[in-house]
Amino acid sequence: MIGQLDWSTLQHIWWIIASLVGSLFLFLTFVQGGQTLLLTLAKDDDEKSLVVNSLGLKWEITFTTLVLFGGALFAAFPKFYATSFGGAYWVWMLILFTFVVQAVSYEYRRKPNNLLGTRAYDVFLFVNGSIGILLIGAAVGTFFTGSAFVLNDFNQVTWQTPTRGLEAALSLFNLSLGLFLVFLARTLGGMYFVNNIEHDKLVEKSRRSVLVNFLACLPFLLYVLVSLLVMEGFAINPETGEVFVQQGKYLANLLDVPVILVLLLAGLLLVVYGVLATSVLKKDHGIWFGGTGTVLTGLAIFFLAGFNNTPFYPSTADLQSSLSIANASSSHYTLTVMTYVAMAVPFVLAYIAYVWKLMNARKLSLEDVAADDKAY
Amino acid sequence: VIEQIDITQVNWARAQFALTAMYHWVFVPLTLGLSFLLAFFHSIYYKTGNEEWKRLTKFWMTLFGINFAIGVATGIILEFEFGTNWSNYSWMVGDIFGAPLAVEGIFAFFLEATFFAVMFFGWNRVSRGFHLFSTWMVAIGSNLSALWILVANGWMQYPVGQAFNPDTARFEMQNFWEVLFSPVAISKFTHTTVSGFELASLFVIGISSWYLLKQRHQLMAQRSIAVAAVFGLLASGAVILTGDEAAYTVAQKQPMKLAVMEGLYRGEEGAAIAVMGILNSEKEVGDDQDTFILGARIPGLLSFLANREFGSFVPGVDDLVLGNEEQGIAGADARIARGKKAIGYLKTYKDARKQGDVVQAEQALTEFNRYKDDIGYGYLNEPAQIVPPVALTFYAFHTMVFLGVLFALVFLLMLIYTKKGTLHVKKWLLRLGVACLPLAYIASEAGWIVAEVGRQPWAIQGLLPVSVANSNLTTGTVQTSFFIFLVLFTLLLVAEIKIMLAQIRIGPEEG
Repeated sequence: MIGQLDWSTLQHIWWIIASLVGSLFLFLTFVQGGQTLLLTLAKDDDEKSLVVNSLGLKWEITFTTLVLFGGALFAAFPKFYATSFGGAYWVWMLILFTFVVQAVSYEYRRKPNNLLGTRAYDVFLFVNGSIGILLIGAAVGTFFTGSAFVLNDFNQVTWQTPTRGLEAALSLFNLSLGLFLVFLARTLGGMYFVNNIEHDKLVEKSRRSVLVNFLACLPFLLYVLVSLLVMEGFAINPETGEVFVQQGKYLANLLDVPVILVLLLAGLLLVVYGVLATSVLKKDHGIWFGGTGTVLTGLAIFFLAGFNNTPFYPSTADLQSSLSIANASSSHYTLTVMTYVAMAVPFVLAYIAYVWKLMNARKLSLEDVAADDKAY
Repeated sequence: VIEQIDITQVNWARAQFALTAMYHWVFVPLTLGLSFLLAFFHSIYYKTGNEEWKRLTKFWMTLFGINFAIGVATGIILEFEFGTNWSNYSWMVGDIFGAPLAVEGIFAFFLEATFFAVMFFGWNRVSRGFHLFSTWMVAIGSNLSALWILVANGWMQYPVGQAFNPDTARFEMQNFWEVLFSPVAISKFTHTTVSGFELASLFVIGISSWYLLKQRHQLMAQRSIAVAAVFGLLASGAVILTGDEAAYTVAQKQPMKLAVMEGLYRGEEGAAIAVMGILNSEKEVGDDQDTFILGARIPGLLSFLANREFGSFVPGVDDLVLGNEEQGIAGADARIARGKKAIGYLKTYKDARKQGDVVQAEQALTEFNRYKDDIGYGYLNEPAQIVPPVALTFYAFHTMVFLGVLFALVFLLMLIYTKKGTLHVKKWLLRLGVACLPLAYIASEAGWIVAEVGRQPWAIQGLLPVSVANSNLTTGTVQTSFFIFLVLFTLLLVAEIKIMLAQIRIGPEEG
């Protein structure tokens, strides 16, 4: 059946798959949000230890999801991979650096003779959770605000700004999206602690922090949403393939493709319920609502950028260089092969969920941490 | 296609890639092999229920975790570096190269990431059986990761299953199975993973030998050596067999690489293999100077290695650069001329298409197709540019082979004296065991140097030289990121080694 699908359908399927991986990553940034709470929420060594060991079971899943997001984009939309990574060099490099230092920090922070000291590794975790997520948000923001690049006949990219991608963080829209994600990650981090940790005081603080951080993300969310509704967007003429600027393009997308609107509203409502369930109703399952809501919201954002004749990586320097799912994708053959491969994804999700359930069956307590000689 | 090649920038980008790849490769082989050793140790504990084996498993697991973390840290850079520093490459071959990377993510990385946490923290959280299963899954997952990235690398060395699409100006996949089961991919995967098994065995033997010399944790050390020596010896055999196969595929698909590995300038029938030698640094392509100042060579053996036939002809550097009519080998200058024609006709085709001139486009395309197989050569200007650095490749290759033989011997001796029960008094062998630990890393890195330096100037063999595969960045930008990587990775490496040494000094928890 997959062999019969036409190229455009496969391009849409792969935009959905890539969006799903990206949105799952946003949910899993509860790890990064939790890392930033390490410095502000956890006061003594016991609390720090619980926070780190709770996240320590999950950080690799988040990390791997990010890697898969990169891999999926490379395989399905290589022109985006080449244009954005080679063009917006510094923004991606900085993001990567924050993940490099994250990867060693759990394992090394408490080990004797670790050269830099526990404090340094905790700062690495904080940097990953704050600057790392902020820049990812800013980079995703350029899906809507555009970047200054030109592609030649052979699709080689010339970036027009010497800051090589860092300029993305100067746009109010991109910055707001980034800050929204930072505070959302902290909100989710708190929800996860409530779900996973057994420690009255820390859990109580986490419940409060969920509410505080959610309130902090609201102004940025509002700014992003309102901007999306009123801003000039980028559109493709389906007849000629020509790219042009269209007032209210993203509002039009919401109205033209009501599924996106439904995803967005349902996603935000679920996040709000997750927050209320955790901090007001004192429930432990808020993370599942907050997480699902984040995934749906993420899908809405990516779909808004890529579907309905919209170039998902617009160029402000040369409109016709803009990338769309149609012109940036792999060949028909490769997408077909990759779609067969993607049939394994539900199986992968199933074993991740199974292992998650096993490992989280019992909440993490101080006794567990003390008894485990492999504790971080 | 590219108006100006900034060769300084290309070289800095190469330096950065070499740096990150070689740092990553410090940690990967240990993960590949030690994950299996952990699975063996854990299985023995599962079967015997002996707490001593549990302690042993946990000790090696601690060292595994320290190594794994920095392996992950250095690995993420590599994936994205294809885009950041080799964006033209990413576009030109992303249609083929991206797929194995995505498959790797789906099939392998999640196995590793998911079961790693269970392996480490599952002692009291999951059933004994599921815990053991998880340890095996980590081993399988890590080695599957190696499969896919090496398939991708194998494709760069021998680009099969693809065709150039002049409309998109890129190479596109035609046959996934050809890419996956390419002989180069298979020999690369097998040789690389079993060499990781060997390195991990030497790691375990080296540290255990140190304990025996210090008369600490003797039971654990002897048991560890027993398992590692068997695994290492088997791996050694496999390394030699797959190495032979790898050399054969290199000879068939990348004759220039074989020529520089062996320092063979003038091709010959019944070609001799260089057992060892010191290269003449004055030697240039096509001149009459001797290649070696000093050397020992065995006649006929290189021909046998390359073609499975003692009397067969093996082309040398001179033949490949200058051509050899007798053997039907085209010189590089002829291929460069053909390549330039291909590039010219491609441009004509593109321009004609843009102007809507169907007839001219058709003609240009026909001409392009005649020359397209040499398109990569069109980006070069001098025939001698197709020669990789000879000395580096030659010495790296011979270091690797020499150490490989030494390691096989060490595994054998370790096993013999373990069986006799006298290993702990053979101080010389234990000292040799300790010395082999750093040597294993040298051999392993040398292997990568052979593979990657030996295929220069190509990013994709024959199709895309590194000089046009890069991103359009300033030299200063790449220099800056190079030094950031250098400082960051060196800092993390020092931290890793210090932590590792501290854990080795502490040793396994006493029961």
